Amino acid sequence: MKRTGAQILVDSLLREGVRVIFGYPGGSVLPLQDVLYDTPMDVILVRHEQGASHAADGYARATGKVGVCMATSGPGATNLVTGLATAHMDSIPMVAITGQVKTHLIGNDAFQEADVTGITRPVTKHNYLVKDISELACIVKEAFHIASTGRPGPVVIDVPVDIQMQTIEAEFPEKVCMRSYKPTITGHPGQIKRAAKMISQSKRPIIYAGGGIIIADAHEELLELAVKINAPVTTTLMGLGGFPEDNDLSLGMLGMHGTVYANNATMESDLIIAVGARFDDRVTGKLDSFAPNAKIIHIDIDPTSLSKNVRVHVPIVGDAKNILTALNKVVKKPETKKWHAQINEWKKKYPLTYKTKGKKISPQYVVEQIYKVTKGDAIICTEVGQNQMWAAQYFNYTKPRTYISSGGLGTMGYGLPAAIGAKLGRPDKMVFDIAGDGSIQMNIQELATAVANKINVKIAILNNGYLGMVRQWQELFYKRRYSMTPISGPDFVKLAKAYGAEGMRIKKKEDVKKAIKEAMAIPNTVIMDFIVEEEANVFPMVPAGEAINRMIGGMA
Amino acid sequence: MKHTISVLVDNKPGVLARISGLFSARGFNITSLAVGETNDPTVSRMTIIVSAEDRILEQVQKQLHKLIDVISVSDLTKRDYFERELVLIKVNMARTTKQKLTKLLDKFSATILSSSKQGAVVEVVGDNKEISKVVKLLEAVGIKELVRTGRIAITS
Ligand SMILES: Cc1ncc(C[n+]2csc(CCOP(=O)(O)OP(=O)(O)O)c2C)c(N)n1
Ligand SMILES: [Mg+2]
Repeated sequence: MKRTGAQILVDSLLREGVRVIFGYPGGSVLPLQDVLYDTPMDVILVRHEQGASHAADGYARATGKVGVCMATSGPGATNLVTGLATAHMDSIPMVAITGQVKTHLIGNDAFQEADVTGITRPVTKHNYLVKDISELACIVKEAFHIASTGRPGPVVIDVPVDIQMQTIEAEFPEKVCMRSYKPTITGHPGQIKRAAKMISQSKRPIIYAGGGIIIADAHEELLELAVKINAPVTTTLMGLGGFPEDNDLSLGMLGMHGTVYANNATMESDLIIAVGARFDDRVTGKLDSFAPNAKIIHIDIDPTSLSKNVRVHVPIVGDAKNILTALNKVVKKPETKKWHAQINEWKKKYPLTYKTKGKKISPQYVVEQIYKVTKGDAIICTEVGQNQMWAAQYFNYTKPRTYISSGGLGTMGYGLPAAIGAKLGRPDKMVFDIAGDGSIQMNIQELATAVANKINVKIAILNNGYLGMVRQWQELFYKRRYSMTPISGPDFVKLAKAYGAEGMRIKKKEDVKKAIKEAMAIPNTVIMDFIVEEEANVFPMVPAGEAINRMIGGMA
Repeated sequence: MKHTISVLVDNKPGVLARISGLFSARGFNITSLAVGETNDPTVSRMTIIVSAEDRILEQVQKQLHKLIDVISVSDLTKRDYFERELVLIKVNMARTTKQKLTKLLDKFSATILSSSKQGAVVEVVGDNKEISKVVKLLEAVGIKELVRTGRIAITS
């Protein structure tokens, strides 16, 4: 049967199991919009293309499926770029479809033309410009394959509007066949044996787990390994939820705003078992002095992550679930009694704490109460800044895909659209956006998307009147010269109502819990505007460029 | 240290941009780059000469391999291989003659493609050392213009 390019596109999406597409219309995607008009897919009209990209990303993080978004050519496509870069940095499977000007106009500075494959090349895993309708079905198939396998990432398909309108006898490939793309899945057996031996001989081992655990769905295997070898586990920001933080072996997060005990244990360890993590500078601090006595086993699906920042003794390329399963079969428990005694001492001496006295609401208290009221059963999306770090520190994550945050790029404005995507993917879950008063203003227009589509998310603004994280650096390193960081906003309660959502303002500590309960009971999107202590800081903290056991603040 | 990296890629538009983008984004410097179709028209071979320490080089190779359009990457430096480059040089003929020039280039695989009072065009093929020698010799005579293909290489 003859099908148009737009029909082939949509048929292909359906064949890939796509249920939701986030997008915004325009001249170069009109044929596509027309086909979407009567598909069984949910077509969510956002209010800004950046929102579409983050919503697709949030959907992907909450479900593990490929998130899909679309935009028109030119400004529509360029508005997706921040979302693509965000997904790229955090290895999120996403496919973005962009309209392009007619094939014969490409390169002519046509109306709403932008070199989308050129612009997005460095921020995507791969991208395509479709020049021939006969390639379209194949390209979509490949795009989903590339986005979701190996180290996942965003893929852009740029489709000229004339190709969307042309017709062809449609053929859909069953399989992809790419000679140049074959990610390594199973780990080298010899390397796994070496790793097992190294583990059994270690005295002070630590498991350092990253987002790869969640992507590979390897949290159970990770828990098995930790218990089997009785080793403490610290996770990165991206790894939160990959290991249950209520387990005795959990040290919480490490790095710049990690726990003292996680950082101390990492520094003092004699063996680091890194799984699905990449020794990012926010984790290692000063590289030369990072874990000076540790041997390193590094398990990662991306060979470029291995030996990039630190010297690795046993690199193992492959899928974390696969490798951990194999490792669990051969590994033996080392003697670590003394090590645990030392760690317990650190845990006792340096717990995570914050100021609880004083009249004002502590932002950390709000996060803690959200944890208590939800009993941990919620998906927490965050914006960027102090709110993101407090959300990481004061909520105990026990399940994968429950902490959703822009880790690598640190994109303010990510949280609200991501929460919308997450809620669509997991309608059974209570979804929060823990937000800053600055960040929430970056994609506030998506409130309309949430309300119009009855996607109920709960936005908790930790309103400190500052671009708090930057202010914190000014306080500590720029003599409190608060240049450009005091920030005002609208009346968020009125604003919520104007959008058709609910709004509440919370000024007193004793009202925090009640407000959260109330918000959860309201069958609508709610903004909770928590007026919090203005100059609270995220502690402990490793000053930039320092070793990670040189932490400041927050040590009661 | 200089390394000669041979890369097989899908012969598609945009591949060159991807590769040069990779080098520039990560601050790796390319000394020489040559691209051309292989006997299989769907595949191109790139010969890239980079100057880098071993650790950086390992990253370069892995990053190249990570690109979806890249089929294989090999560092020829550690193996037996031939390396050649072709250079076209326009020589000033004011102070020399064709005969003298022919004699000067005697020991090299060089051809004089044309010669007149305005200048002569010389084609030279060779490895890096030979080319450098010829260039030096001709510099003494006077070089008006010089074009090189970039080095290509193949294992023996
Ligand atoms: C798009 C973007 N612009 C700028 C920054 C730099 N930045 C990081 S945190 C931050 C302040 C965030 O303020 P707010 O949302 O109020 O959160 P708080 O730190 O106060 O909790 C800024 C400006 C960023 N991360 N993203
Ligand atoms: Mg703020």
